[in-house]
Amino acid sequence: MARHQFNISRSADSVSAPPSSRELTTDTVFRGIAWICASLIIVLTACLLFKIGAQAVPAIRQHGLGFIFGTTWDVSRETFGVLPEIWGTLYSSFLALLIGGSFGVAIAIFLTQEFISPRLAAIFRTIVEMLAAIPSVVYGLWGIYVVIPMLRPISEFLNAWLGWFPMFSTDLAGPGLAPAALVLAIMILPTVAAISVDAMRRIPYKVKEAAYGMGTTRWEAILKVMLPTASSGILAALVLGFGRALGETMALAMLIGNSNQINLSLFAPANTLASLLASSFPEAGQIEVQALMYAALVLLAITFLVNVGGLAIQQYTVRKFEGKR
Amino acid sequence: MNATMTPNRVTIQEAAPVKKTAIDDVVLDCKVRKIHYGDFLAVRDSNVPIARKQITGFIGPSGCGKSTVLRSLNRMNDLIDVFRFDGQVTYHGKDIYARDVDPVVVRRYIGMVFQQPNPFSMSIFDNVAFGLKLNRFKGDTHEKVEKALRGAALWDEVKGKLKNSGLSLSGGQQQRLCIARAIATEPEVLLMDEPCSALDPIATRQVEELMLELKENFAVALVTHNMQQATRVADKTAFFGVDMSAGGRTGYLVEMGDTDQIFNHPREQLTRQYVAGEFS
Ligand SMILES: Nc1ncnc2c1ncn2[C@@H]1O[C@H](COP(=O)(O)OP(=O)(O)OP(=O)(O)O)[C@@H](O)[C@H]1O
Ligand SMILES: [Mg+2]
Repeated sequence: MARHQFNISRSADSVSAPPSSRELTTDTVFRGIAWICASLIIVLTACLLFKIGAQAVPAIRQHGLGFIFGTTWDVSRETFGVLPEIWGTLYSSFLALLIGGSFGVAIAIFLTQEFISPRLAAIFRTIVEMLAAIPSVVYGLWGIYVVIPMLRPISEFLNAWLGWFPMFSTDLAGPGLAPAALVLAIMILPTVAAISVDAMRRIPYKVKEAAYGMGTTRWEAILKVMLPTASSGILAALVLGFGRALGETMALAMLIGNSNQINLSLFAPANTLASLLASSFPEAGQIEVQALMYAALVLLAITFLVNVGGLAIQQYTVRKFEGKR
Repeated sequence: MNATMTPNRVTIQEAAPVKKTAIDDVVLDCKVRKIHYGDFLAVRDSNVPIARKQITGFIGPSGCGKSTVLRSLNRMNDLIDVFRFDGQVTYHGKDIYARDVDPVVVRRYIGMVFQQPNPFSMSIFDNVAFGLKLNRFKGDTHEKVEKALRGAALWDEVKGKLKNSGLSLSGGQQQRLCIARAIATEPEVLLMDEPCSALDPIATRQVEELMLELKENFAVALVTHNMQQATRVADKTAFFGVDMSAGGRTGYLVEMGDTDQIFNHPREQLTRQYVAGEFS
């Protein structure tokens, strides 16, 4: 389509000119590439869903919603239920988010609000980001050899003195929820910290000036002005961290104990959907594979819901605090 | 020349200066020797007393250090690491740059409106109520917020949407919101850095009326590029110039006096040229 070029405005003593046809072509090509890449992501997701869905169809037909509310996973009797795994997935991820999220945001505050010199902050930040590069299996081993032995006396103490409290109703016999959640917290920490740091960095200088200009102390400025201003970015960080925790497999399979029970106790063994998948697949027969595919679908649905929910909350805060339509 | 000299002599004999010093109740006495940003000497040798029940106008070409001096008056520049202040700012007889003075306390009593609007990302109401909460105000917050918004000539535009975000307002409205936020706690001294540069003439007039109202009880220091504004509202005017002699662009106080004197009978050639618009 030929566009109107306002040739009437061109003159010898003016430099202003319309974009050349080459610039326009480049523009079109780039737009095309961007579109293709974006659509590829959607196609890929659709393929994945379709493939898993297709394999899960027999299990869905057979077990229906009972699969989600069932509590036993018995291959010999062909009874499959993933409620304990759903519980374990959400519980461990929630604990991890509680611990890793608060530490991550605290680290972001520490690194951006001039508690330390910018150079030291950069070094710290690199170290935190390096945590993300450690393979999951290493975390698992570290959990087995360091975290579990460290938590055991604590769990015994808590169980002995506060055993009436449901979260301390058992002690740690080996693997269990607490070491898994703790290691998971460390694993999501770099994600939460890095994205929160960026959110805090994006706060314009004039906002800080306004806060201190009102006579706030440093903490008042951070808690009452900086955090609310960065809240949408920090929420995004938390949602991403939670998503990562939901899907984490290897370290959890090593640490959580793979036991199908629903227990509030922090020190009881539990199971998650991802670690159920990882530990059952190698020896699964056809029927069990179908059930596992169904379980994978459930995990996908949970992750999807969490992300959509998180996004909704984030949009709400953007509207509320920033007033963008 | 003769015409101006004679009345002057007469007024001296009539002891008018005694009356004048009685009016000049200086709350914030600023004596700058040198202000540095790193190695850059930004302002030198400027004494600017800010008196109660008066508006003190700061005028001068861009980059001469008006904002720098103004922001030194409540230690806002402490946020900039390379900033160094050499001199004295006496507030109720105490140097605010003394070791045992907490800048946080200083800023509670000496409020500030910035050159660029900087509302918090929270509701309009919360923006104005921010200072009230900060200072543990126990009374009727709604009443105070409404009063501040009326004072800043913003009430009629926002009264139906106090819950909306402060950032959803237009630039000029945001600036008036910031004015409301600053005056809500009724600080003893109010520093305003070009508060009207983003406002239309009507809002400008309203803000000027507010300043005149505020000066009934408080001291106001006002940076402005608008000469008419200075003549309309300022009781005293301080004219800053730029000194290029030492290599850099160093700002300094050329002269300060009654607004009428600065605009109509400036003592310095530089002031005369500037207020006449002969250079900028
Ligand atoms: N944060 C800073 N770091 C380094 N130099 C600065 C900083 N702020 C201001 N300056 C310098 O100090 C000098 C005075 O700046 P200032 O902002 O006080 O001028 P101004 O008189 O308010 O100008 P305008 O009328 O344009 O607002 C300028 O030369 C400027 O470059
Ligand atoms: Mg300025």
